[in-house]
Formats: sequence, structure tokens, C-alpha cells
Amino acid sequence: MQDTNDLKRIVIEPVTRVEGHGKVTILLDEQNRVKQARLHIVEFRGFERFIQGRPYWEAPVLVQRLCGICPVSHHLAAAKAMDLIVGVDKLTPTAEKIRRLMHYGQMFQSHSLHFFHLASPDLLFGFDAPVAIRNVIGVAAKHPDLAVQGVMMRKYGQEIIKATAGKKIHGTGAIPGGVNKNLSIAERDMFLKDIDQMTEWSRGALKIAKDYTIENLEAVAPFGSFDSNHLSLVRDDGAMDLYHGNLRAIDAQGNKIFDQVDYQNYLEYITEEVRDWSYMKFPFIKSLGPENGWYRVGPLARVNACDFIDTPEAEAARKEFMAVTDGKPNNLTMAYHWARMIETLHSIEKIRELLEDPDLQGSDLVLKGDRRPEGIGLLEAPRGTLFHHYKVNEDDQVVMANLIVSTTSNNEPMNRAVSKVAMDHISGKAEITEGLLNHIEVAIRAYDPCLSCATHALGKMPLVVRLVDHEGNEVAKKST
Amino acid sequence: MSENTITFEIDGVEVQGIAGQTIMAAADAVGIYIPRLCAFEGLPPFGSCRICTVKVNGRFQSACTQPIAEGIMVENDTEELLELRRNLVDMLFVEGNHFCMFCEKSGNCELQALAYRFGIAAPKYPYMFPADRNVDATHKDIFIDHNRCVLCARCIRASHDLDGKNVFQFVGRGPQKRIAVNSTAKLVGTDIDVTDQAVAVCPVGAILKKRVGYTIPVGQRKYDHEPIGSDIEANKQ
Repeated sequence: MQDTNDLKRIVIEPVTRVEGHGKVTILLDEQNRVKQARLHIVEFRGFERFIQGRPYWEAPVLVQRLCGICPVSHHLAAAKAMDLIVGVDKLTPTAEKIRRLMHYGQMFQSHSLHFFHLASPDLLFGFDAPVAIRNVIGVAAKHPDLAVQGVMMRKYGQEIIKATAGKKIHGTGAIPGGVNKNLSIAERDMFLKDIDQMTEWSRGALKIAKDYTIENLEAVAPFGSFDSNHLSLVRDDGAMDLYHGNLRAIDAQGNKIFDQVDYQNYLEYITEEVRDWSYMKFPFIKSLGPENGWYRVGPLARVNACDFIDTPEAEAARKEFMAVTDGKPNNLTMAYHWARMIETLHSIEKIRELLEDPDLQGSDLVLKGDRRPEGIGLLEAPRGTLFHHYKVNEDDQVVMANLIVSTTSNNEPMNRAVSKVAMDHISGKAEITEGLLNHIEVAIRAYDPCLSCATHALGKMPLVVRLVDHEGNEVAKKST
Repeated sequence: MSENTITFEIDGVEVQGIAGQTIMAAADAVGIYIPRLCAFEGLPPFGSCRICTVKVNGRFQSACTQPIAEGIMVENDTEELLELRRNLVDMLFVEGNHFCMFCEKSGNCELQALAYRFGIAAPKYPYMFPADRNVDATHKDIFIDHNRCVLCARCIRASHDLDGKNVFQFVGRGPQKRIAVNSTAKLVGTDIDVTDQAVAVCPVGAILKKRVGYTIPVGQRKYDHEPIGSDIEANKQ
């Protein structure tokens, strides 16, 4: 292994306009050639341990505290696992549809937040634009209409979450075996009033993402891109389904690695590797091993993996998207933005479909069955496939929790993207500007990582504190 | 006016009560709320939490135990007493492990409701984060989370006085004081039943019925819209 002590070190800390805290280190030799580039997740979370000993019905409310951006995903994934714990395999139509409405509201607000607030400054102003304008305030000044749309779309999704979960952040709506409330007629009508506007703005956002990708294809195509496997849930008929489905993994050419796998058996297909320089684990497909088994999740993987989307406008958009790569999976990192906006349009189409369904006003909310000792809940969170796995003892206490969070699955891909961009754009440059370093962040941002959710390798990587004197000599070292 | 009627003042307002009433009971009857935690209607006065501390003729007294008397001047809604009560609630929060954000009692919890009523956004004392509090989930229908117990003794008194049992008792002294069950085999070894008053009277999320969890949606919980004490103040004459 090469000794890295003699290399020049560039640190980007914190990585900006992403959820959570992370840093990038780039090691350069004397000619400024990149020798190593890594994304480190420096947060430390311990939810898999906190939940042990707590009563199982607390899990959907407690574990969602992992995150303030997509807590609904954790809330629902944990609730799905707890449905099985209480012996319920199928919810009532009202409960299932209320949860789906909550989930699509979440997808809509999270994708809108990411696109308008976090990513759009790069796309609208350029990666090298002065940092003073390359931010959401700059967007508000130059494109006030877009800034307003971003805020209002996020608000719409958040209000849906409030109506279904009780609160915009960290609600309690999903309970083991069902939900604790339905949607009133007044609430329904409030959302229907604005749905045409939301749909129109979603179309506009999709057009921005699509046009950006196509018009800049020459530059975008190689940017942080690489071939990879893709993983997502799909419905029984192969349709995109963000709330429930079976696991499908495809390779970079679209060949199926596995398909329609019941996620209760995920451990037979997916495992995780711990590396000593990050709190985030590295999942991979077992049959391919850690070298080749890593995969991407999230909007790009979902649009690539599904056979079709069951809402008309999003399906038309998917076909346009797939046409760029002749129907083969799209492996461009920057295509995440386009795929994300296809899903945003899909979400608002699904929200309309649900709002027009009278089942949402039903009163049959919860089912009960025979208690089971183990439950696994998966769904497609905004950032990708989310795994929640629990074991519960006879006294109703959680004794084991395993979470594979979307961003964790994208750990290896993000590191590849960082390395690729560092090699292509930074290596060998005499002067390394802020704009060049932002290229690295642009690549990370495409994955919309939620770094706080993703770090929970508790007990696997000790905290190490090093005390170093002014000459760089280690004076003391303490580890947990 | 009967000869049993007693006239006195609360915060300068003349009120009347019946001989033998406590200050708290007399105040309740005329719609004046005196904050409380260990006091519970149907249980004898206990006077342990001191949240109901008032000043009677200038001296601190607990309103739940002090009987009314002719001509006494009671101070209740003053900045001095609010500060004292706020400090007591603050200390209860930091002494245990009270995580309202995921506690299923949230919205129905009297400790939390008092904090909201007193305008406590966060405790001013340092959290103690005690590590010695456990969860007893051995009973099939009830669980006790000692992290959230505020030692109000409602469960002890309700079990004894209302349920005719003796399930709970205090053990230890000072900072080591804890609620214990009358069994070496934890809650499962006692004769407690899920319908017992001892389960229903817990003001916080320490003694809970299993599998109820978050059945009541946010917005429909007891204190979601009106502060604690509003029901008493609604009777103001």
C-alpha cells in the first residue's frame, strides 16, 4: 500500500448543500496528480442500538428521528416491519392508501427541496460560478419564480405529510397494523385545489432537468459517470412502485442479476462491508462479492430498473429518458436529476389518483393478527431503497435492528464519482480553485445523499482522537 | 350562606369554600387552576411534588394538603410562584430520561403539559442522563419505563386505596429513591391488572398499557389544543 503521508492533502469540509455532514479528502502528489479521493461520513449515529429494549410500537416514531428531511421513509419502513410483527400481511385499503399518500407527499417535498434548493444553483449558474451567487439565495434573486415554486412544492408535500402523519416532521400516523387517522373531506379538497398548479410546476421542473441534461450531454455524460449495477423495488408486474414491491437488481447493461425477490429474504442477496475510514457501511450483492457487487439506488436506479411507470405523464417522460441510452440503463451520474424530476411528476400524479379515491375517507384503519418475532420492511425512499429489519422478544421489546439506508447503498458509487471527477477535473491542475472543488460536490450532490441517516456502523469503527504537536508528531492517541 | 362557608382570598379575589376543603379543592370549585402533579382527584392529598406550592399569608404551603381558613390570603398566580414551579418541573425533566419526541405519552403527559404551560422550551439545569433506569416489560399487558418516573406515588396510592392491592412501593432514599413492585419476579409476578387504577393514573409515560402506542393521532391528544388546567378554568365564576 502506498504511503500517503508525503502527499498533499485537500480537504473539502463540510460538503455543502447536502443533508448531514461529510468531508472529502483528496491526496495529491508533487505534480498535483490525484492519488486518492474519498468521501468520509463524519457523523456518528447509533439508532440500531438505541432502539434495543424499547417496545416495538415505538420503533416507527423513534427511528424516524434519524433524519429531519425524510423521516417519513423511516417511519413507514419501520411501520411495515411492525405490521409483520403484529401479524398483519395486508393492511385495510384505507390504511394502505393513507400511507401511500404520506409517502408520495414525502417524495414530492424531498425531491423538490433537493432540486430547487440544493442542486439548481449548479445547473442554473454553472459549477464554476462565483460561490456568492451559486446558492439558493442566488436562485431567488435571478429566478424568483423558480425559487417560489420550490418553496410552494415543498410546502404542498409537507402539508400532505401533516394531514396523514399528524405533523410535518416526525409524525405518528403509521402504527403497527395500519394508521391512526384517515383523510377528511376538507383536507382532501384543500389538496385538490392546488394539484393542477403542482402538476404544472412539476412538468416545468422536469423540463429544466431534461433540457439541461440533453443540451449539455457532451459535458454531462462523462461527469462522475461509470457503469454500475442498479437496485430497486418493483411491483409484481415490473412497474415502478415507491411504497412496496419486490427487489430487482440489474447490471449496467440491463441484465437482471435477480428479480422479484421477496424482501423478507434480503439477507440472502445483500450484505454489508465495514471499512475503517468511514462510519458508513458498504453494501453489496452477495453473489457478485464486494468488488463487483456494489450498486446504485435512488431515482436513477429506479427509472432504470422498472419496466414502466403506471402514471401517463411520468411514463412518457421515462420513455424519453431511456431513449437517450437506447433503452439500456442510464449510467450517468448527472442523470439522477432528470430521473428525480420524473419521479416528482409521478408522485404528484399518484397523489391526484389517491385524493380522488374515496377509500381515503374510510374508517377501517387498523388490523391485528398473531404476533411474530421478526419483521422486515422495505420501501423506496427519496434517496433509494431503505431496509428496516427488527427482531422482537416475547415481552414486546426490540432486541435487534438492522437498517440499510439509501445513502449507504450509494456509498461506493459516490466514492467512485468523487474519484472520477477528481481525476478528470483536478488531477495535474497547477491551481486548484474553489470552482474546481465544487465539481466534486456537484457529483456527490447528484445522489442527494443524506449523510446523517446513513451512518450507524456502531461498534465497528472506534472513535479515534489524535493529539499532534506543531511539528506533526503524535503526542497522544485515545480511542473508544 | 351556610355556617360551613369559609371566605378567603386568592390573588386578591374573594372566594368562598366549604370548611374542610383544601385550598386546591376550593380553588378548583371556583375555576382557579393551581398547577399540580402528584395530586389526583379521588386520591387522598399527598403533598410530595410541591408543584402546587402557594403562599398562604406569606408562607409557602402545598395547596393540595393545606385546608382553607377564614380570611387567609393565598397567592397563586405570581411570578415568584411561577418561577418556583418552573424550577421544580425543570428538575424533574433533567433528573430522568424524558424524551418527549418519541414518548407515546406525548400530548397526553401532565409533566410535558406543565412545561408547555410554564413556557419551558428547554430545561435550564444540566441533564443528568441517569443510566440506571430500566424497563420492565415482563407483564403481558403493562410495561413500566423507569426512565420516565417522577416519583409522584400516584400508582402506589391508587393500587392501595382504589384497587385494594399493594403492587407498588418506594424503595431507597434520596437520589436513589425508586418505585419498586411487590414481587421479586418483576411486574409479571404481581397481581396487577391492565384495568387497575394504578395503571390509569400515571401522569407521565412511566406506566403504560402495552400496544396502545400512538393510536390517538396528533391533534386529538388531550393537551394538543388547550393547556393543562383549562378544564378547571372553564368553570371560572
